Amino acid sequence: MSRLEVLKTYKIYIGGQFPRTESGRFYPVELKNGTVTNICLSSRKDLRNAVVAARNAFEGWSSRAAFNRSQILYRIAEMLEGRKAQFVEELVAVGASRAAATKEVEVSIDRCVYFAGWCDKFTQAFGSVNPVPSSHFNFSVHEPTGVVTIIAPESPSLLGLVSCIMPVIAGGNTCVILASENSPHVAVTFAEVLNSSDVPGGVVNILTGKEDELAEHFSSHMDVNATIYCREKHLKRIQENGALNVKRVLNWAKYDWNKQGEDPYLLLETQEVKTTWHPIENIAGAKSGY
Amino acid sequence: MTNNELIGLKRSIDQVGVEERTARFQTRSIKNAAKIQGLKMALNMIDLTTLEGKDTEGKVRQMCYKAAHLHDALPDLPTVAAVCVYPNYVSTAVDALKGTGIKVASVATAFPSGNSSREIKLADTKIAVDSGADEVDMVISRGEFLSGNFSFVFDEIAAIKEACGKARLKVILETGELSTLDNVRHASDIAILAGADFIKTSTGKISPAATMPVSLVMLEAIRDHYYATGKMVGMKPAGGISKAKLALHYLVMVKETLGDAWLSNEWFRFGASSLANDVLMQLAKQAEGRYQGLDYFSKD
Repeated sequence: MSRLEVLKTYKIYIGGQFPRTESGRFYPVELKNGTVTNICLSSRKDLRNAVVAARNAFEGWSSRAAFNRSQILYRIAEMLEGRKAQFVEELVAVGASRAAATKEVEVSIDRCVYFAGWCDKFTQAFGSVNPVPSSHFNFSVHEPTGVVTIIAPESPSLLGLVSCIMPVIAGGNTCVILASENSPHVAVTFAEVLNSSDVPGGVVNILTGKEDELAEHFSSHMDVNATIYCREKHLKRIQENGALNVKRVLNWAKYDWNKQGEDPYLLLETQEVKTTWHPIENIAGAKSGY
Repeated sequence: MTNNELIGLKRSIDQVGVEERTARFQTRSIKNAAKIQGLKMALNMIDLTTLEGKDTEGKVRQMCYKAAHLHDALPDLPTVAAVCVYPNYVSTAVDALKGTGIKVASVATAFPSGNSSREIKLADTKIAVDSGADEVDMVISRGEFLSGNFSFVFDEIAAIKEACGKARLKVILETGELSTLDNVRHASDIAILAGADFIKTSTGKISPAATMPVSLVMLEAIRDHYYATGKMVGMKPAGGISKAKLALHYLVMVKETLGDAWLSNEWFRFGASSLANDVLMQLAKQAEGRYQGLDYFSKD
């Protein structure tokens, strides 16, 4: 008798755990070979739970040494590299050519490494000491904006997801991301990668489901500080909702992640610039001597 | 009562049964209008509490303001039931709450450990009552209780009750230190017989604080006392109840164990500090249709 293959249950990722959606609902995604996979149809309550997890994780993640965040992001790349074949298979299963799938996974790995490098460098590169006409040491540094909700692009399903997550968490934010609706498998597998990469639970939360249901809540939640939108249908509504608590609304549908995405300015988009006026003695008037 | 009589009160509690029963309270679905009513009721039962070594007069005043103005952006909100402070801040709280109808509760009797002499505990109580406290939250001597000196505990509660005068007495059992549900039930019975107006689970300084099984056992002690004597005793779970949903589960438990008569802040309280904001966020969510963030609610 031949062996029965053990198939994976695709679940969502909240607070470092893999629960099913609290709603108990699912939607079918048909693979190219005719197999039907059941994917969690996340509800607004899953979003609520994910935002709570992200908010709780924020303090620890944002106050971590930047160099340590860098190490963790690099670790994601290492884990991703080891799981390359699995990701390629999952992309091929939903219709990509093997060559395109391999390319997408490789670019995704490189993107992790790219932002791992920026973690402990962007404040030096983009912060500034500002000239002021008074006895102050005046400097500007970047601070993470907080909890970021992301609606990832429909495609590329893996590269789009990784390209949105990395600049956000590299800067110390935590996030909740809605995966591609028709190719969510790689997102769930990516959650397993995150789970084994020392990324603290709650820093990245991944939901699967339909944007028509969730876009409203992703953008209207008052405990969310920024929303990144990579699709087109609900842009206007999301921008209106952003006004409720002056969320940043970022339209990232404009990026072609295959060609763009290695860009430190993406990281700066979820940062707040904080300027400090630090009183000092009148250095200009000081003379040498002790 | 003598120690032997008090030992005779001991009875055993079916822990598995209690846990199954409390699990079922948590499966009730409360939506829309009933939820809003329940949330407002919970708000109105809160003893807004600050019991920190770093408390200051300013902190107490701020909390009193919050007690009276929970979230002015929402219309038709009740106030909380009371504020709960250390004895030395009672006069500050009384002053700050003048005219609001909100009660002032004070912990006393060498809170939270309860390890001191009877004289000091009585003096502590007297300070609170003389400063104008409407309610006194005392702790029992858990060491004496656990070593079987039940009459000591009984006499102490009775003495404090006398010192309270018109103020209502809440007796904190500190269930987290009593180990078993049998002990919780026994301590509840002793406190009720000694004259407690309320029995209260915890100080909030020990983990675990209030849990549903412990609260159910205490509610059943109150129920049995009511059946036996016709006298009502209040209940106050304290510590660890910080989510609106859990508060609703407690209300369901109270209703199904004691009935509607206990569903007012005269007979039921939540000892909590962060519960109020979570309830307010849920009420705002019901009103506005979107999930709320703490940035838009006053600090407690």
